[in-house]
Amino acid sequence: MTVAATPTATSVVSLEINGEAVELEVPSSRLLVHLIRDDLDLTGTHIGCDTGNCGACTVHVDGVPVKSCMMLAVQAQGTRITTVEGLAPDGELTPLQQAFSAAHALQCGYCTPGMLMSASALLEQNQSPSEEEIKVALQGNICRCTGYWNIVEAVQEAAKGGAA
Amino acid sequence: MSATETQETTLQKGFIGQSVPRKEDSRLVQGQGVFFDDVKRHNMGYLHFVRSPYAHARITSIDVSAALELPGVYGTLTGDEVALQTDPFFQIAAPPGGHVKDYALAVGRARYLGEPVVAVVAESRERARDAAELVMVDYEPLDVIVDARKALDDDAPLLHEEAGTNMSYTGLWEWGDVDEAFAGADHVVRISELHFDRFNSTPLELDGALVEFNRGTGQWTMTTNNQLPGFAVIMMAPAMRVGIDKLRMVTQDIGGGFGNKITSHPQLVACCLLARKLNRPIQWTEWRTEFHQSMSHGNERWFHDVEVAVTADGELTGLRCKALDDAGAYLRYEPLGGVIWSQVVPGLYGWRNISVEFTQVMTNKAPVSPNRGYSRMQQLWLTERVIDIVAAELGFDPVEIRKRNYIKAEQMPYETPNGCVYDSGDYARCLDIALDLVGHDSLEARRADAASRGKLLGFGIGSTLDSGTNNFGQSQLLNPDLQFSGNNEVATVKLDIFGEVVVTLGTTPQGQGHETTAAQVVAGILGCDVDAVTVRAGHDTYWNSHAGFSGTYASQFAVTGLGAVKGAAEMLAGQMKTLASWVLGCEVDDIELADGFARIKDNPEAALPFMALGAIPNANNAGFPEDPPTMNCRFVYRPPFQVPDKERKFGNLTLTYATQIHACLVEVDPETGAYEIVDYAAVDDCGTRINPKIVEGQVMGATAHGIGAAIWETFAYDDEGNLLTPNFYDYHVPHVMDMPPLKTAAIESPSPFTPLGAKGMGEGGGGAIHCICSAVQDALRSGGHDVFVHDSHNPYHRVWEMLRNPGPARANVEVKSR
Repeated sequence: MTVAATPTATSVVSLEINGEAVELEVPSSRLLVHLIRDDLDLTGTHIGCDTGNCGACTVHVDGVPVKSCMMLAVQAQGTRITTVEGLAPDGELTPLQQAFSAAHALQCGYCTPGMLMSASALLEQNQSPSEEEIKVALQGNICRCTGYWNIVEAVQEAAKGGAA
Repeated sequence: MSATETQETTLQKGFIGQSVPRKEDSRLVQGQGVFFDDVKRHNMGYLHFVRSPYAHARITSIDVSAALELPGVYGTLTGDEVALQTDPFFQIAAPPGGHVKDYALAVGRARYLGEPVVAVVAESRERARDAAELVMVDYEPLDVIVDARKALDDDAPLLHEEAGTNMSYTGLWEWGDVDEAFAGADHVVRISELHFDRFNSTPLELDGALVEFNRGTGQWTMTTNNQLPGFAVIMMAPAMRVGIDKLRMVTQDIGGGFGNKITSHPQLVACCLLARKLNRPIQWTEWRTEFHQSMSHGNERWFHDVEVAVTADGELTGLRCKALDDAGAYLRYEPLGGVIWSQVVPGLYGWRNISVEFTQVMTNKAPVSPNRGYSRMQQLWLTERVIDIVAAELGFDPVEIRKRNYIKAEQMPYETPNGCVYDSGDYARCLDIALDLVGHDSLEARRADAASRGKLLGFGIGSTLDSGTNNFGQSQLLNPDLQFSGNNEVATVKLDIFGEVVVTLGTTPQGQGHETTAAQVVAGILGCDVDAVTVRAGHDTYWNSHAGFSGTYASQFAVTGLGAVKGAAEMLAGQMKTLASWVLGCEVDDIELADGFARIKDNPEAALPFMALGAIPNANNAGFPEDPPTMNCRFVYRPPFQVPDKERKFGNLTLTYATQIHACLVEVDPETGAYEIVDYAAVDDCGTRINPKIVEGQVMGATAHGIGAAIWETFAYDDEGNLLTPNFYDYHVPHVMDMPPLKTAAIESPSPFTPLGAKGMGEGGGGAIHCICSAVQDALRSGGHDVFVHDSHNPYHRVWEMLRNPGPARANVEVKSR
């Protein structure tokens, strides 16, 4: 009999997400991204691969950009998480979000939340990144629509406008 | 990095031609888009497919009992159940391909690695996946055929015994006097073999659906990301033995499609059967590995015995070849690729005598389906390879031989040898702009500079077309019994009670900005702001704003979608003016729509706000001498097509032809074969641009896809039919660090055939693939390596092989001159 025949154990996870404390019981095998999307219904965080390559699921865990498909939910115990929904909680777009629209840095919008989370983490650490630094910060995020040119331009414009 | 040099357009018609900000963006940058996987229902079950680990195997037994015993498992579906409850999908092909039996799950035999064999539904994604591992399937492996060139050999294993052959389609396509062209040629260039590689554009969002069954009405609702719902329901309903009225398709946001989300109908049928069987909503989201293994590969194509007739001064007069297309294991949209290529038979060139013996075969690989540039880019790649090989072998300049043979602007509209009509364009002018952008006039200096660093500099051109707005009558050239022809799209524009302008489309956009461009067209006609126009996001059968060919595919929204929007908005504008004339007591012609009012032209004080016009028919309609207009206008746009001549394989197969001319410079390291694109320009001409920023975005995206396909992206199989690139580790799509500098430009040659002068665009015709092949060949030859690029996919090791062993590439080409 394989391991799969044994019902998966569950664990209680407590964390803070977009400023709200949550506690819930999830299967121990649950990925953090599925906790965010399925249990907390924060569906702005997306999934584009099985392997940690695409970055669509990028969130901030204790201020650091993390691919949430590469963490188990239980590993997020006690952390502070920000998702794309937490960037502009009152609905007023951040300079980075505005720059993405102005530069036509998104088409289908599926990679956009992950791009925004990686880019916003960069801008929090480095207010005037070079083009190369922007590319390095975004190299873990795949976009299949834009070819990236306008995304890099958007981050540059946001940085010029003092986005953080 | 992105030096964008777009020429300004002079066209200003209302909001058309302006890069207004996209209406879609606000929700998408806040993570508030609604993609199918975001939608949840009470008590829904998660579906996971058990897939064949063999490329070809007989299924001898299936035991689901252990899976069903696992707590939290709701049920399963097997091929035997599917075969009882459904009929095989309708086949587009005539026999022998028409005899293929294709179901939602493998029935008795699996024909490619990753083919769904059993579906398992459980309370969570994890449990469904665990349970799938408990399903016991016994397989009896069979011989495998992966090389299309051997698929018709006598000893090749047969995929579909019902068909009796692995051939799905064959036909001779010939126009002009080919023999005479070759008899009169000064040179005949012969290329033994060219290969267009297998890849696809791998949208980031995977396929899937949330499927609900209403037991009371017998109707399914599919919240999905299928991008051609009209086609999906045509395939699904007869197979499921129900009317099309039982299938409701709903989309909102779709995370990229590129054609790859057209053929999800088998999986949707499995979801439907399980929703009915288990009496609960079914949630299915594909995993990345599953997509790579099983969905929508692009058409791999071989060209054999390619012969080109050339005059002494470099005029191409004749082309003949054999094309061999690899459809994979099932014909999910095929063999339409066997005719779609003929939309662009001569490429951008004026040759009149062409013969193509086109054959399509089935192999133990994932089924193909449309992929950005579908079937045309293979043909366009052929024409571009041919012209560069001819130029190199006969000593013509690649720019001059193109200009010598390009169809000229003054020849437009131009009827091709097979009756297609190129509507407008100025290829030579686009090429000149591209050359200017990459600094072609300093080419020799740049070669010398590269040489000083030990690199070989190559210059390449990719001339390509994006044919759009299909005439589905072309399907009859493959199968005369088919009853498809023409095309259509629907839009509804309504003025609601409080003056809201609401637009409903039939399309399924995946990032093309339909909400924005539709609003631009409507705002221009109704004289209001773009912000005052609401365009419903996505597609819903219940909106009744769709027709048989509704969807988003094949470069057509600017023609079909916006043609419908324009028609509906003009109907509404007429109704608004009529009602205003009644209320204001004047003639209809005295009324103008401007600034959000219907007003008397010579007396702007006499004005009715949109709110009044919307309220009267909807909620305040007593006392009128005749019925007030409905203010709810549905328009079906139908392009002016005829059914093609089936005997001659002749007729207009698409309405518009957008142009893209790419030029680039690459630097090859002769020690390793590694190369880098150091300059790149893409010049687009899609007629009137509704929103230039959106057009440029499509050009950029298509360029990136081409670059990826040319250098990194390939669906490679081993001899046993195992896919070697089943995820984003092994299938490398371009990352931001991979992208070269890009310059874009545009000219506008308005289409004389379309409502707005616009042409469909976005697929890009594979321009970057042609361009990079051209540049790599030039780089190697400039370094004294006598080789010709013969594959569309040139990873660094393939370039290295050409450098180290030029013999095969050299022997692939020969010239006979008289």
